[in-house]
Amino acid sequence: MSELAVTAIKVLYLALLWLFILSAVSVIRSDLFGRAVPNPNPVDEPQPLKEPPTPKKSRRTKGQPHRLTIVQGPQSGLSAELAAGVVLIGRGSDCQLILDDDYVSTRHARLVAAEQGPYVEDLGSTNGTYVNGQRITAPTSVSLVDTVRIGKTVLKLEV
Amino acid sequence: MSTAAPMMVVPRKRRGAELFLLLFAWILVLGAYAQVDLNVTGELSPRFPVLAAGTGIAVLFAHLAVRWRIPYADPVLLPCVVVLNGIGVAMIHRIDLVNDPPLDGARTQLIWTTLGLLLFIAVVAVLRDHRPLQGYTYTLGLAGLVLLLLPLVPGLGTEKFGAQIWIEIGGYSFQPAEAAKVVLAIAFASYLVEKRDVLALAGWRVLGLDLPRARDLGPILGVWVVSLMILVSQRDLGTSLLFFGLFVMMLYVATERPGWVVLGTGLFAAGGYLAFLLFDHVKIRIGAWLDPFGDFERYYQVITAQFGLAWGGLLGTGLGEGRPGLTPLARSDFIAAALGEELGATGLMAIILIYGLIVFRGLRTALQCRDPFGKLLAAGLAFGLALQVFTIIGGVTRLLPLTGLTTPFMSQGGSSLVSNWIVIGLLMVISHHARRPIATAVELDPDNQTTQLLSRAT
Repeated sequence: MSELAVTAIKVLYLALLWLFILSAVSVIRSDLFGRAVPNPNPVDEPQPLKEPPTPKKSRRTKGQPHRLTIVQGPQSGLSAELAAGVVLIGRGSDCQLILDDDYVSTRHARLVAAEQGPYVEDLGSTNGTYVNGQRITAPTSVSLVDTVRIGKTVLKLEV
Repeated sequence: MSTAAPMMVVPRKRRGAELFLLLFAWILVLGAYAQVDLNVTGELSPRFPVLAAGTGIAVLFAHLAVRWRIPYADPVLLPCVVVLNGIGVAMIHRIDLVNDPPLDGARTQLIWTTLGLLLFIAVVAVLRDHRPLQGYTYTLGLAGLVLLLLPLVPGLGTEKFGAQIWIEIGGYSFQPAEAAKVVLAIAFASYLVEKRDVLALAGWRVLGLDLPRARDLGPILGVWVVSLMILVSQRDLGTSLLFFGLFVMMLYVATERPGWVVLGTGLFAAGGYLAFLLFDHVKIRIGAWLDPFGDFERYYQVITAQFGLAWGGLLGTGLGEGRPGLTPLARSDFIAAALGEELGATGLMAIILIYGLIVFRGLRTALQCRDPFGKLLAAGLAFGLALQVFTIIGGVTRLLPLTGLTTPFMSQGGSSLVSNWIVIGLLMVISHHARRPIATAVELDPDNQTTQLLSRAT
């Protein structure tokens, strides 16, 4: 092969190598935010796992709680976004809010952000879920002023 | 229920994107191989169509296994690995052709690649979930130690190139440290998940830095002693650095205490300095690093590698146009120098960047993963890979003293290739679990009905 052809092929190959990197990066870029789809029925449909990286502006309505934060206990400061609709609380690794506490069941309780406002529901835990000091037996709606206690952890809704 | 439902972010599988990238990777690999053949012999070797079909089918099988068993796995990892492995094989083929008659190193490497791919598929299809691995902390830890020390068993271990890190069974030599890397990463991860609360307790405070308590120093000192033993008895700087670095980094990730890193670096520096004073093979490495041109005979390998890199320049000589065969061990330890010569700084940068992408996706998986064991394991595996690439390419380009580590996926050598394919299999399994949506509402609660009634009532 002529020297020119060798050089041309060489440069072309290097360009292709970098093009590969660029396309891999563009796959990563489009992968960052997942795909936004309208969720027709949050209860029947499987819930998404990711906390959305940036909640949509329009959903940040004033006064509406959109975060569940641990205010007391060993993991205090930890919080989970409500934007996904459901926050599962427990010791299990599939929970959105994993509490490291012996008094907490694997899937202890969940907080559902319904249309009418968020409510807490105990999922048959051993040691119970307390809202303002009262052990709950049915799904109980909570607001910004209520405290939820699970094991040694106290949780609160935050704006 | 609500009709004006909120927008939800659903993780995507991205298997189509992976297939596209794999196709691209396959073209790059074949391009490299064809370029070597055309530039060296002037014609495509008769094996080329077989090779093209074979690699195509192998890659397709790997993709189908991922699509079938772990559909949410990371789409970038597999194509990046295919590119690295393929360019590595093409480079080995190129150095084969230097010899007359040509050697058959590329064929052996292809056989090992096939084995690696089969093990990758096995991890993906059979293991599928990394969490059961957490139960074998001490079994795996012991197995890793045994693997590490296996080359010291008389009759089994063999010495090559001044390092006793090979074992030989039935004519096949194997480097058990490479397998130990994977096994120990799993063992460290599950051990640290259990013990991290204790290890995170602060002891003395020195210069605004919390050092760990003296009584918690047991594990780190244990690993330090083992890595020094490897350094002394097997004369292997790289492996000992890799293990100690892996453990210290995972300790740091698990406890979030920078004190461990400071302590670990100090310990390693002390051990390294002692080794420098006591052992000749370490002195040679340091000499080759600081002043390679001082002793042409002794530092020949490093010198030719530097000349190769310089000759390659920015764009390289073109695959098959350089003289990488001049460097001893050009196809294993010094493959980065051979690549730098023929692909130039541009190509070597691209290859380092591809390693970077793999590491980045591994760390991203660790961030995304929800269970602590998966987090630690992914971070450990990704960091182990990064450390290995950094030390060997750093050694070849004389940023660091040369250590006899393999360049993952590229160097000739079956043990390294196979273990690294398993590492990628594990990372992809973890990433599948990290990216998969969890069906909280449907699967988890039996009293789904009550929930629906309530939300209708209120």
